[in-house]
Amino acid sequence: MGTATLEPTSIKKGFKSEEYFINMGPQHPATHGVLRLLLTIDGEIIKKVDPDLGYIHRSIEKMCESNSYQQIVHLTDRLDYLSSHINNEAVCLCVENALELEVPERVKVIRTILGELTRIASHTLWWGVMGMDVGAFSSYFYGFRDREMINDIFEETCGARLTMNYNIPGGLMQDIHPNFVKRVKEFIPHFRSKLPEYDRLLTGNIIFQKRTKGVGVLSKEDAINFGASGPVARASGYSCDVRKYHPYSALDKINFTEALDTTGDSFARYKVRIAEMWESLAIIEQLIDNIPEGDHKVATNAVIKLPKGEFYQKVETARGEFGVYIISTGTKNPYRVKFRSPGLSNLSLLNHIAVGGKIGDLVATMATIDIVVPDIDR
Amino acid sequence: MTNEALQQTILSWFPDPEFLQPQFTEEGSQYLIVNVEAEQLHELMQLLKSNPETKFDYLFNLTGVDYGKELGVVYHLESTVHRHILVVKVQADDRENPIFDTVQDLWATANYHEREVYDFFGIKFRNHPNLKRLFLTEDWEGFPLRKDYVDETNMVVK
Repeated sequence: MGTATLEPTSIKKGFKSEEYFINMGPQHPATHGVLRLLLTIDGEIIKKVDPDLGYIHRSIEKMCESNSYQQIVHLTDRLDYLSSHINNEAVCLCVENALELEVPERVKVIRTILGELTRIASHTLWWGVMGMDVGAFSSYFYGFRDREMINDIFEETCGARLTMNYNIPGGLMQDIHPNFVKRVKEFIPHFRSKLPEYDRLLTGNIIFQKRTKGVGVLSKEDAINFGASGPVARASGYSCDVRKYHPYSALDKINFTEALDTTGDSFARYKVRIAEMWESLAIIEQLIDNIPEGDHKVATNAVIKLPKGEFYQKVETARGEFGVYIISTGTKNPYRVKFRSPGLSNLSLLNHIAVGGKIGDLVATMATIDIVVPDIDR
Repeated sequence: MTNEALQQTILSWFPDPEFLQPQFTEEGSQYLIVNVEAEQLHELMQLLKSNPETKFDYLFNLTGVDYGKELGVVYHLESTVHRHILVVKVQADDRENPIFDTVQDLWATANYHEREVYDFFGIKFRNHPNLKRLFLTEDWEGFPLRKDYVDETNMVVK
């Protein structure tokens, strides 16, 4: 270049820079549902992210107060619909613990297998959408191809592909389909061979890495402070897996490694979810050959009345710690039900980690926080 | 720390018997519950979080409850170091203007959860930086999760 030098400051002088607001959502593909983010930006730099919630609030907690305990189960898979099976399990466990009801070993093992399959299905969908959010369209089809196999297994055994309703207080709605074990055993080697493909397609991609490395960094202290859970928290080095610390169903007999990372950026959250899929496969493999014989449920009264008191059950969904808090006065309806959703706490830290970044970074960060809006708007 | 040890530790922070004492119960709950008066809430929470023996650094649930006469808030706390769990409960008799101290300065996660409680129960939180409705619109009348809430158009009464 020539000797003439440009002085950037002199160019800038004539322009006035000021903050302004833009809406991201509620109809924006990167917000994964009806979530409106009110962004305060200066140029392309984000100054503040203010989520505006409630577009699909159905007041499920209020509805629970006039429903029986069997009916409540059916409302929970409308929360985080990608973890529907695990949400159902949480309510059933809470009711069973309150009634001091011991379910058969067979039920526990089947519940755990289905829970891990749900986690893989949720993570494959997340992986596909994650790629799409940062501009890689093919990953969507790869993710859906493998999720389809799990959905077929669910369809055969549970009769549904998304909202399972397979768990009932006392056990399972019906016994597993005769093909279940065979199908799951076909799926494990299939997915083992496909997971490295995910890495080749997206993880190692230089554009993808530049979009996610060092973006949306969350420290361990902040993760705990904001009540983060699931892969979001574990990517910051915060060991919080409910399956490890408060094991439920058959998880107390299982050996698995909690997926952890210490970087805390979007890429770390991505890697943790990939590692979780490997771990889920390992958990299923430990159980699938050892499903005990026995009944698929124990009889409960047609009208379930919980004793007077309060009951809490926490489980690990694909998004983090899901909690069911039931206050009972001894009648057939709960007095108060609260669902602790992982999404609301995980969303609350978005402002903290997105400020200072660009709008494109916000999309990558939101993709790795992996929110499901019905889980936030309960 | 066991529930008994927790109870002893917390009681040792409030040595003055003249002053209001936190009340403990384990009845009908798998966790230890401590009932505390509204004026002691923030002090107790601060100690629970900062004391190295208790170290309750993870607020995993915050629930508003309408007990019929009183309105209350239930805090579920867990320590990520010691892995013990404690439930803190606080109540207010005043249904017109129930108010508690915010704990969002101790746990950032309480910010959204307290807004949710305000939205559905009308419980206010003193010193909260952004206390406005979280889910409902600003012009919504009443607080839907209260037991005496009536909405003839939007509610299906069984």
